[in-house]
Amino acid sequence: MMQEHTPSEKILERVGSLRWTAGHDFHDELVESLYTDAARIADRAVTRKGERGRFDMDRTIDRLVTSRWLGFPLMLLMLTIVFWLTIEGANYPSAMLATLLVDTIRPLFHSGATAIGLPWWLSGLLIDGIYLAMAWVISVMLPPMAIFFPLFTLLEDFGYLPRVAFNLDGLFRRAGAHGKQALTMAMGFGCNAAAIVSTRVIDSPRERLIAIITNNFALCNGRWPTQILVATIFIGGLAPAHLAGLVSAAAVVSVAVLGIVLTFVVSWALSRTVLKGEASAFSLELPPYRPPQILRTIYTSVIDRTLIVLWRAVVFAIPAGAVIWLASNIQVADLSLAEHFINFTGPFGAVVGLNGVILLAYVIAIPANEIVIPTILMLTVLTARLSGAGDGAGVMFEPDSLEANAEVLRAGGWTLLTALNLMLFSLVHNPCSTTIYTIYRETKSAKWTTVASLLPVVMGFVMCFVVAQVWRLFS
Amino acid sequence: MTAEQTAPPKAAAGSACEACPAHHAANLIRLGVNMANWDFVVALAGNPNTGKTTVFNHLTGLRQHTGNWPGKTVVRAEGGFAYGGDRYKLVDLPGTYSLLSTSDDEEVARDFILFGSPDVTIVVVDATVLERNLNLVLQVLEITDRAIVCLNLMDEVQRRGMAVDERRLARDLGVPVVPTVARKNEGIPELLQAVADVAFGRIVCKPHRISSPPGLKDALGGLTDEVAAAFPGLPNARWVALRLLEGDPRIAEAVRSGEIADLGRHLSTRSAFATNSLAQEAGQ
Repeated sequence: MMQEHTPSEKILERVGSLRWTAGHDFHDELVESLYTDAARIADRAVTRKGERGRFDMDRTIDRLVTSRWLGFPLMLLMLTIVFWLTIEGANYPSAMLATLLVDTIRPLFHSGATAIGLPWWLSGLLIDGIYLAMAWVISVMLPPMAIFFPLFTLLEDFGYLPRVAFNLDGLFRRAGAHGKQALTMAMGFGCNAAAIVSTRVIDSPRERLIAIITNNFALCNGRWPTQILVATIFIGGLAPAHLAGLVSAAAVVSVAVLGIVLTFVVSWALSRTVLKGEASAFSLELPPYRPPQILRTIYTSVIDRTLIVLWRAVVFAIPAGAVIWLASNIQVADLSLAEHFINFTGPFGAVVGLNGVILLAYVIAIPANEIVIPTILMLTVLTARLSGAGDGAGVMFEPDSLEANAEVLRAGGWTLLTALNLMLFSLVHNPCSTTIYTIYRETKSAKWTTVASLLPVVMGFVMCFVVAQVWRLFS
Repeated sequence: MTAEQTAPPKAAAGSACEACPAHHAANLIRLGVNMANWDFVVALAGNPNTGKTTVFNHLTGLRQHTGNWPGKTVVRAEGGFAYGGDRYKLVDLPGTYSLLSTSDDEEVARDFILFGSPDVTIVVVDATVLERNLNLVLQVLEITDRAIVCLNLMDEVQRRGMAVDERRLARDLGVPVVPTVARKNEGIPELLQAVADVAFGRIVCKPHRISSPPGLKDALGGLTDEVAAAFPGLPNARWVALRLLEGDPRIAEAVRSGEIADLGRHLSTRSAFATNSLAQEAGQ
């Protein structure tokens, strides 16, 4: 070696020889003296009294909520209570908002439009398409969100979610996935797109992909209203009135639990086939229970979550409202575009226990799941040619009472099977376009984005098909 | 010492201090995401779930959602505030238990404290489990000598009938220790004052350095001298030597490319700047 050495090279060379001679215990020795120092300094600074009541309280709660036998039932109970409060509490304000936005303000717009002489197609597009879609989204979504999000955030701040993760960790591990997937799944109950960003907490790319692909099975807030509404109309309707709320809540919880089960099944299948590998270990700290700051929580969850989600829904409802109105008012060969699509896909829909209206609604609602129910109701009115329920093609009619909604859907040929399959399909179908884009941004892979988008649609159709066949076999 | 002797943080921050300029709320201007032309960069480090994000929100006026679960902050968040006329950029690092192993979030935190060369690093610690939190504090103190320990969750310390002697801790660690209850905004004014003091060099820290493991003493000593000679001005030559001995590829690369040298230079220009501003202040 005749070459002149720079100081850096000399240092690195020295390091090489030192590492060679000094053994392999650097890391352990260093960690040991680190811990010794930390313990000594902490010991000098901290004094304790005997009293440890608070701490024991934490331990007692932990023993209950993470116990082998009570952990899961308590989790289900907690979820059911949250949904029950949401369903019971949202009915009345929803009806009030609908009365205000649809029955009071819309006629004002119409008379205004007539007064300034807008052509019928423009006032139709603006008021009966765009405005009505917005009005609907606000009245259907705002009340449940304003109740559900603060409740969920309170549970989160209290420290309950890490306990849920603790309960589910073993199951995820057995499914070959990362235990932290329980946390990202919990975030998916709010918003799948946000949850997919949060999978960054998972280090291993293999386990992260599993978490991303299966996140869609966590019902997001765009889909809760669909579940809640359909469950209230069709399943709550089966029970006596005083139990209806509880039965509907139980139905929604069952769908949510089915989503969790599917998460495990699909994670397991993926980790046994295309994403093989060992589950990596991690340590999960159970944080102390902290009394949530109730007012602050309500404030941030209303501002940060409810309004943002609502705003997104409204933004997507505007073009969707226009598309719905146009599709049902542009006539080709005596039928509107919407009717062509519905008639064309109807037979396929029937095979899987759905109908053409639902399929069209899911195409229109790709940008945002939030508008599925409004679209379905509107299209049903249109194709069933109901009189009195709406005024004109493509008009989202007033959602002021559940009974009216139920009548519309029954007139559109809906049965309990249709409702059940809609709930299933709402759980298992392609993610919304925002989520798909987020998946692409996070994975940088067209292949995995396609898998994550198409896998659930295929699974959804298969599930609905099987349910429909079994149902028809027994009825 | 009995518990009565240790004043609760609120009382400590009480009447006697009211007169001090730190308490003028107007001194803190929350800049949210508007952080152009900052004078100082402040990093927020700490174990998961100790209240870093709460401190971050208090200082910047932003409303990052804080969650009671570890690992809530996945990416680093940035915000700004102005205090006493100077603009600070605050960087909220992901919560980690250590800077030794190389998971992604630990690397983000480590790289920022090292290569982002923050003017001040605040380590937020959960005072109820001090020992575990000190592991991280000691590691941060190996890297930088411009650090402050924010002793958070002091209300829980009291509720558990414990007491933490922050003066003793400050003496042992060699850096300012500020007791806080971040969620109630207690101690935040004192924290800001400490940040300004360290940023301007009014407080010079003499951070505790981890005792050299006996088996390593000679090897480490020699190598440290060599690193210090090759890169004058480097604030953490011994730590660099330690990482090299451990075979940290990132640090070896930084030594090979000379990136390490920039570190020393960068900091010395910063402190020159701080000294200038200090001189200006004195002149006014």
